[in-house]
Amino acid sequence: MEAGALRHPVLRARRSRKDRIGDPLLRGLSGLAAVVAVAAIAGIAYEVFDQASPAISKYGLGFLTTNDWNPVSERFGAAPFLYGTAVTSGIALLLAAPLSIAISIYLTELAPQRLRRPVATLVDMLAAIPTVILGLWGILVLGPFMRDTVEPALQSVFGFLPIFSGDPSAFGYLTAALILTIMITPIITSVTREVFETVPADLKEASYALGATRWEMVRQVVLPYSRAGIVGASILGLGRAIGEAIAVAQVIGGAYEIHTSLFHTGGTLAAQIAAQWEGATGQMQKASLAYLAAILLVFAVAVNVIARLIVQRGQLKDTDVTPTEVEAL
Amino acid sequence: MSSESALLRRSEGLRRRNRVNRVVEISSTIAALFAVAVLLIVVGSVLTKGVDALSIHFLTTPTALFGEEGGGISNAIVGTAIVVASAAAMAIPVGLLVAIYTTEFAPSRIAHPVRFVLDVLNGVPTIVTAIFVAGLIVIPQGHQSGFALSVALAIVMLPIVSRTAQEVLALVPSTLKEAAHALGIARWRTTVRVTIPTAAGGLITGALLAIARVAGETAPVIILCSIFGQGNLTDPSQGLATIPFFIFRSSEAPSPSAHTEAWAAALVLIALVLGLNLVARAFYTRSRRRMEG
Amino acid sequence: MSLITKRTQQPSPAVFAASPRPQLLRREVGNVALEGLDAYYGASRVLQGVSLGFVSGRATAIIGPSGCGKSTLVRCINRMHEEVPGARAAGKVTLDGVDLYDPRIDIVAVRRSIGMVFQKPNPFPTMSVIDNVTAGLRLAGADRGEIEDRGREALVGAGLWDEVKDRLSSPGTGLSGGQQQRLCIARALAVEPEVLLMDEPCSALDPVATLRIEELIGELKERVTIVIVTHNMQQAARVADTTVFMLDGQLVEVGPTEKLFTNPDDERTEQYVTGKFG
Repeated sequence: MEAGALRHPVLRARRSRKDRIGDPLLRGLSGLAAVVAVAAIAGIAYEVFDQASPAISKYGLGFLTTNDWNPVSERFGAAPFLYGTAVTSGIALLLAAPLSIAISIYLTELAPQRLRRPVATLVDMLAAIPTVILGLWGILVLGPFMRDTVEPALQSVFGFLPIFSGDPSAFGYLTAALILTIMITPIITSVTREVFETVPADLKEASYALGATRWEMVRQVVLPYSRAGIVGASILGLGRAIGEAIAVAQVIGGAYEIHTSLFHTGGTLAAQIAAQWEGATGQMQKASLAYLAAILLVFAVAVNVIARLIVQRGQLKDTDVTPTEVEAL
Repeated sequence: MSSESALLRRSEGLRRRNRVNRVVEISSTIAALFAVAVLLIVVGSVLTKGVDALSIHFLTTPTALFGEEGGGISNAIVGTAIVVASAAAMAIPVGLLVAIYTTEFAPSRIAHPVRFVLDVLNGVPTIVTAIFVAGLIVIPQGHQSGFALSVALAIVMLPIVSRTAQEVLALVPSTLKEAAHALGIARWRTTVRVTIPTAAGGLITGALLAIARVAGETAPVIILCSIFGQGNLTDPSQGLATIPFFIFRSSEAPSPSAHTEAWAAALVLIALVLGLNLVARAFYTRSRRRMEG
Repeated sequence: MSLITKRTQQPSPAVFAASPRPQLLRREVGNVALEGLDAYYGASRVLQGVSLGFVSGRATAIIGPSGCGKSTLVRCINRMHEEVPGARAAGKVTLDGVDLYDPRIDIVAVRRSIGMVFQKPNPFPTMSVIDNVTAGLRLAGADRGEIEDRGREALVGAGLWDEVKDRLSSPGTGLSGGQQQRLCIARALAVEPEVLLMDEPCSALDPVATLRIEELIGELKERVTIVIVTHNMQQAARVADTTVFMLDGQLVEVGPTEKLFTNPDDERTEQYVTGKFG
């Protein structure tokens, strides 16, 4: 190469100082942020279990089956709250899932075009309501309505069942379950609706062309195609219900034992922590509350992970026909 | 059989199928109406019951001392504003940086787990996050503080901001970035000057939605910021009053006047939260249109 | 119905088909007549005053440049056009004298009598081969034994039976492209329609698969009236007894295939078939 070529602008160009530090700096900063995010979850797990350790070492796994919560005699157990969490979240899921599927069918297949966005937005707004306000409404509006109207009605028809026995009450498992239903329906609906909208139009057309009614088309094409998404959405909703502390604390009443009647007051893991944390005295009570939090964390994370795995596994690949496929004659 | 009879004859099977179809259509419509009705009932309750106590006095007077009546939520409004703003100041940059990392820099085998971790973080109940921050800050310091609350809210906001930011950044057409690189513009400059401005609308949306979400979060408040002095208005190193806490406490109080105050405070909070939500959505549709158009 | 042996294509100009009102009927069923059909998407009109007949026992091809309205035309026949929000049709469409747009008629019944095969094969991904074929039958609630028999017959009629008889329970989407399309044809045939509409059924397939389906059309047209939309003029020449040429939403010319391609009446037809435009 001639000496003159070394003067070529391309070979002589050097990056400015700003650029030389800019790239690594941005990469480093953003990588650090990612580390922070991962550290957060690790930190949460560590800290919660650490705070719970006095209770874990004292009660062990028997904590999960002890049906008592007595700060005075220092006898603590998670059983009433596991039960309450299971019952309230379970009922909420049972009610919310079909409701959400019906709403999603309406929004994707039935609603007139002009109504779709507005109604979908309204349903999403329901998810945006702060839960403390839902709890307030539960205490002052829904609770009395349950006590005066719904629960007596349930008792008169189904009173022979133990779950509908006892005195109607504004506060209790049933009211909490309904508040949770209101909370998780928009979440399940929003994900389900997205999944329904990915169903390829030509599959729907094929069904109509065979002479299906609209419901038959949904049953034949949309629902099977969306199976994984619906399950995943429901489980996500379940996770949300399990973790809700405030609205449940406001309407569930706070009892420390398992009760069979749905009208009775009770407690859930999250609500108990919220109710007792401030006034907790004594190391064992605080540690027991942290133990409840540890159990809650494990369940919530497990449910979340399972939901995502189901959605991922069940994703249907688009069946694209390539013209180059030669078929056997 | 001839087509005529096949077409005109309303067979029993067909009638039944149409009936079933009709039932399903009506039920689905009722379900949607029911959801909308619940929304209207709840918001309606807040509106009708809260508007009575809502007054300038209410908005500009601090909470009444224990046992007294006739207070307001001025300190709660200020407290919420400070706490949420601090949380946003922490969460938005970090969330944005994480999103930049996973979309621009990280190889797929790192980006995937990071996204997964963020999704898991999103599913952690807020009360558990609060206990974490309590152990981190409140217990060593020996007292509750607005700062601790901000940190907890920031952690809650982080996955929300990050996930929306990731989605929006991924939507920026790669042709745009390639054009910048082809011009010899450095990576970091492209990100800061091209990618982020193009995605700005969606980024703002994510931020607003996250803010709307944490403004109403009450569980962390119970754990981290429920004790505050009347005199402290703006110092985050001590406890601060917050609107959600006010609502929570007033809702559990026995007196009807406390309930009315709870509705009024709920009205303020719901206006803030729903307002932010609607603005965020409007932003999102506008920015999507701009990017695709 | 039994497997029909292959025949070679023999369009006979003497027995012509399409005039606006069908005059020569081979069978009593499966004769479609359109009178003054208009179709709209919202305010814009995409079909204008189309009057046409499809005679049973024949295959009719509809050709024309992109956007001329051929797909819309066939979709008006089985009333799929109105599934699009804002779309509507006006005019008369009759099957064996019965007006399909009569308010007394259930749209579901129309689609049982008139089947459709689409451009891209669309077997239901969550169903097996046999479930796909019988999907339409199961909707009508026929009983189990009959459903399986008719499903099998349909697969035979679509020329697919030998290839799938050992894998009836495997997913419908596991077949090759051409097999999937024949599966869709079997699915449409299983409900025993009088008419089969095919909207560019081979455009997503390779030449070998295409040829197979063209042979199938030759076999099927004896028992189902076939209307095939195609942008491929050679295909029309191979499979159709009658060909229709459309332009800008209007019917330009209709006649025996051989005549349309060698000695068309209309100048525009001639320009199209000789490749001067479109």
